[in-house]
Amino acid sequence: MLLGRTANGLYWMNRYIERAENMARLVDAGLRMALTRTQSASEEWNSVLLSAGSDIAFSQKYQDYTAANVSDFLLRDTSNPSSTMSSIETARNNARMVRTALTRETWESINEAWMSLKRMLARPIDERDLPTVLDAIKRETALIRGSFYGTMLRNEIFDFSQLGTYVERADNTARILDVKYYVLLPSLSWVGSTLDNYQWESILRSVSAHRSYRWVYEADYKPTNIADYLILNVRMPRSLTFCYRFLGEHLKFLADDYGERHACHGTAEKIQALLKRGSIKDIFDHGLHEFLAEFIRDNTRLGDEIAQDYRFY
Amino acid sequence: MAAFDEMLPEVSGLRRPYEAYDRWLKEQDPARLTQKMQDAERVFRKTGITFAVYGEQEASERLIPFDIVPRILSGQEWRRLTQGIEQRVQALNAFLDDIYHRQEILRAGRVPRELVAKNEAFLPEMIGVRPPAGVYTHIIGVDIVRISENEFYVLEDNARTPSGVSYMLENRETMMQLFPELFQKIKVRPVENYPQLLRQSLAAVRPQSSKGAPTIAVLTPGSYNSAYFEHAFLADQMGVQLVEGQDLRVVDGHVAMRTTEGYKQIDVLYRRVDDNFLDPLTFRPDSALGVPGIMDVYRAGNITIANAPGTGIADDKAIYSYMPEIVEFYTGRKAILGNIPTWRCSEPDSLKYVLEHIGELVIKEVHGSGGYGMLVGPAATKKECQEFAKKLQTKPSNYIAQPTLALSTCPILTEKGLAPRHVDLRPYVLVSDRIQIVPGGLTRVALKEGSLVVNSSQGGGTKDTWVLDD
Repeated sequence: MLLGRTANGLYWMNRYIERAENMARLVDAGLRMALTRTQSASEEWNSVLLSAGSDIAFSQKYQDYTAANVSDFLLRDTSNPSSTMSSIETARNNARMVRTALTRETWESINEAWMSLKRMLARPIDERDLPTVLDAIKRETALIRGSFYGTMLRNEIFDFSQLGTYVERADNTARILDVKYYVLLPSLSWVGSTLDNYQWESILRSVSAHRSYRWVYEADYKPTNIADYLILNVRMPRSLTFCYRFLGEHLKFLADDYGERHACHGTAEKIQALLKRGSIKDIFDHGLHEFLAEFIRDNTRLGDEIAQDYRFY
Repeated sequence: MAAFDEMLPEVSGLRRPYEAYDRWLKEQDPARLTQKMQDAERVFRKTGITFAVYGEQEASERLIPFDIVPRILSGQEWRRLTQGIEQRVQALNAFLDDIYHRQEILRAGRVPRELVAKNEAFLPEMIGVRPPAGVYTHIIGVDIVRISENEFYVLEDNARTPSGVSYMLENRETMMQLFPELFQKIKVRPVENYPQLLRQSLAAVRPQSSKGAPTIAVLTPGSYNSAYFEHAFLADQMGVQLVEGQDLRVVDGHVAMRTTEGYKQIDVLYRRVDDNFLDPLTFRPDSALGVPGIMDVYRAGNITIANAPGTGIADDKAIYSYMPEIVEFYTGRKAILGNIPTWRCSEPDSLKYVLEHIGELVIKEVHGSGGYGMLVGPAATKKECQEFAKKLQTKPSNYIAQPTLALSTCPILTEKGLAPRHVDLRPYVLVSDRIQIVPGGLTRVALKEGSLVVNSSQGGGTKDTWVLDD
């Protein structure tokens, strides 16, 4: 038996842990672009902000799209509710609220991540330290994930936590693709220019897939392959299909456990069917941007339905 | 004022209960002990054993300082204490039952009627209500001070929602982590089964209407409450749900919690929310922490609330001064554990005495707690005494006064080695169809040299408390 409020806390705790890490990943990819291509750096930072969904809030505070400004805003600014620091703080508050549902190891890893990042992000980050800070964020979230997977019972508590992780991750991957969808369109530049190559690598980097891509596809970046990898690949842990495979699985566990299906089950199955049926060509024919926009909408709706169906409020 | 030191009294040298510990201590490298002290702090911070201090925005989460020197009681000392505590707790429950029913003690003139009738802690809503199993105060923390080898006094009874038991448990846990070898050398009676005892005790007082295994929950005001850690800790250790007011509502004459599968009935609610906030329909209408209508369910006998509403009348500081009479009235025997002599400032003679001796006394607000709103005469400046005297004269009935006792001391580890500090003791008592007292309790220690205030909100710390298995 699980309180609706506890399920809600678990769900958001995991969404925010995922988000804290995603912010670091986005800054990492932006930094790489800025280092290799000085000319369009500010444009690149702008797309990082767009992917983070923080472009408007940023523009209200800053005029210059520089590495220092963007990384400060996305990593340590507590007035930005999605920054790594805000996310880890929200994740910890949720963990504190649902503490009785967590193993000691899981709670301690979250608490320690919060303590160490709070210390690390207390002062503006020196540009030279940025790589170290990004590594530390990834390491802390990896430790949380490790203790979570290693110690938590596979029950409803686990299911609601995973739902949070994968809803957030699917949203993140879809947004990254949507911000850059135009560089993936085959009609524009069938033969990749140098610029395209950088753009493509940046997309892969922001989901930490620039190396694994080469294990699956040929060494060359091809936009259809990149889109295929991030949307349809079953094994790529940040692809939309992968996220929905697990969302489907955990929703099914809940339905079996409780002996009851809800609206969210229908929605998840609909999205899963869409991902299963199509080839990447169909998606391009349908319109990549249209496809992603619809996916993001449906994914958000799934989150709302889960909250309602399982009495989060 | 020369205080009795429980380890090394000046007259007789090392006391017996500390002999084995002292032998061990002498073998230790001081640097290693200092290291252990830091380890302890790290353990506490890592596990998030913190408390919030109201009004301190910055340090919203602080640790209660922990001292690694245990406070040790012999088995014999403990047996004597438990007899006194049991007697007192029986009397408290009998008093509550009487006061909300026939009020015989008032008729007999042993306790003044107006002291009860005009007391804010007395809840008229509880008149004639008989709680499930007839138990009013299920969990009690009795604060005890010692002033010599054989003199123990009760400082106050906490019959509402005594806190601190999680520190008792975590202190022991921490000590066992830091010094496993000590526990092999010295047989200390265990405290770690407290959560199981609490759960059994709560299950034993379930409503008659509840069939099968009762559903138990801990009600917390929420994660911003200063004692939230303890609420979560106890729920976790008992394996029951930790609920907030927003999770609960009355469904079909029962209190129920909102789960992912709908509303589920609760039979026993261990609430850590004050009376006033329990039911906005009965008490404070602006309360968002309670459950609208829970008092109707309670009156219908469909839920156990632990502790029962209205138990505050038994630990009120004005009532406290009558405890010797109360114990004798209900148990037919003299109180085994004494009270500290108390002047009730509502009585003109006492007020006169208190005003004349303000610099020697400890003066407390009748309804205060946590060490707030009190004056420790010997430690106060002349100006503070004068200002307090004015408050006293404006509303004398709001205060009681007690002599400044030479509370016993127990050594703490400082940078310069062992140093005596004043301590008190809060054993935890569970009442169901029987009375159970976990051997030990929470020892609070005033860390400042010479200070008598042990409250954590006022710079107090804690120690592990050992009852020897001898």
